Amino acid sequence: MTIDWNNFTPWAALAGGVLIGISASLFILLNGRIAGITGIIGGLFKAAKGDASWRVAFTLGLIIAPAVWLLFAKLPTIKIDSNVELLIIAGLIVGYGARLGSGCTSGHGVCGISRLSPRSIVATLAFMGTGFLTVYITRHLIGA
Amino acid sequence: MVKQTKKNTNQTLALAFALFSGLVFGFGLILAGMANPAKVLAFLDLAGQWDPSLGLVMGGAIAVGIIGFKLASRRSKSILGLPINLPTSRTIDNRLILGSLLFGIGWGLVGICPAPAFVLLGTGSIKGIVFLLAMLVGMAIFEVFDTKNK
Repeated sequence: MTIDWNNFTPWAALAGGVLIGISASLFILLNGRIAGITGIIGGLFKAAKGDASWRVAFTLGLIIAPAVWLLFAKLPTIKIDSNVELLIIAGLIVGYGARLGSGCTSGHGVCGISRLSPRSIVATLAFMGTGFLTVYITRHLIGA
Repeated sequence: MVKQTKKNTNQTLALAFALFSGLVFGFGLILAGMANPAKVLAFLDLAGQWDPSLGLVMGGAIAVGIIGFKLASRRSKSILGLPINLPTSRTIDNRLILGSLLFGIGWGLVGICPAPAFVLLGTGSIKGIVFLLAMLVGMAIFEVFDTKNK
């Protein structure tokens, strides 16, 4: 393992994490809801009357974030190297898997671990594990 | 009458705060570098040139989140008077593990997870939109074949 010091951005990462933590805290304290995107979107597929608007509002906040950010500063680099075929395959797997596992990085990784939920700790270890493994396989075994 | 107005005000406030929370969440993802798939993959690439930044994102988010959820767990209603919906399931079952393992594979393939997918939509990234649409289809497929909640 070699650490890529040139691209390591500890302060921005920590500050961004704190903002995410503030958002999740505000959401549970004010709205009484978990800021887990998979659950928020998943609920829209079979939302009961009156249960859809808060989901749409939170998601809309995520979508407009880059535009609002641009009012104050330039957006940092965003780079997607994967080709379209791989993006489609990965998207299908992410969508299906996150729903089957009842959560993703936000719901399990941030909110669940903050609640010290054993389910979320197991889920996070599982997806971090296959995440590391997948990159190892694609970059160092079959890729490059 | 007064009570009705108060209820409506709270509902409007709740929607405004939901939008605000989503916005702050999105800012956090952008600032942290989570909305940059190349950076996410650099974090997941332990054997290459490893960028540990995203570990600090999780650390920062959880450090604050622990306080927020601790405070929430002591309340019976939210500050806006809404019910506090905390997950009640405690069982670690095959669905949880299999689903999470799968999700990690997809995440490791391209470096995009669900929340950043929506931020990428907001940047107008065509590739981001392709991923998002496929992800929504994946979720829809889950709904169609999921028999547990029917």
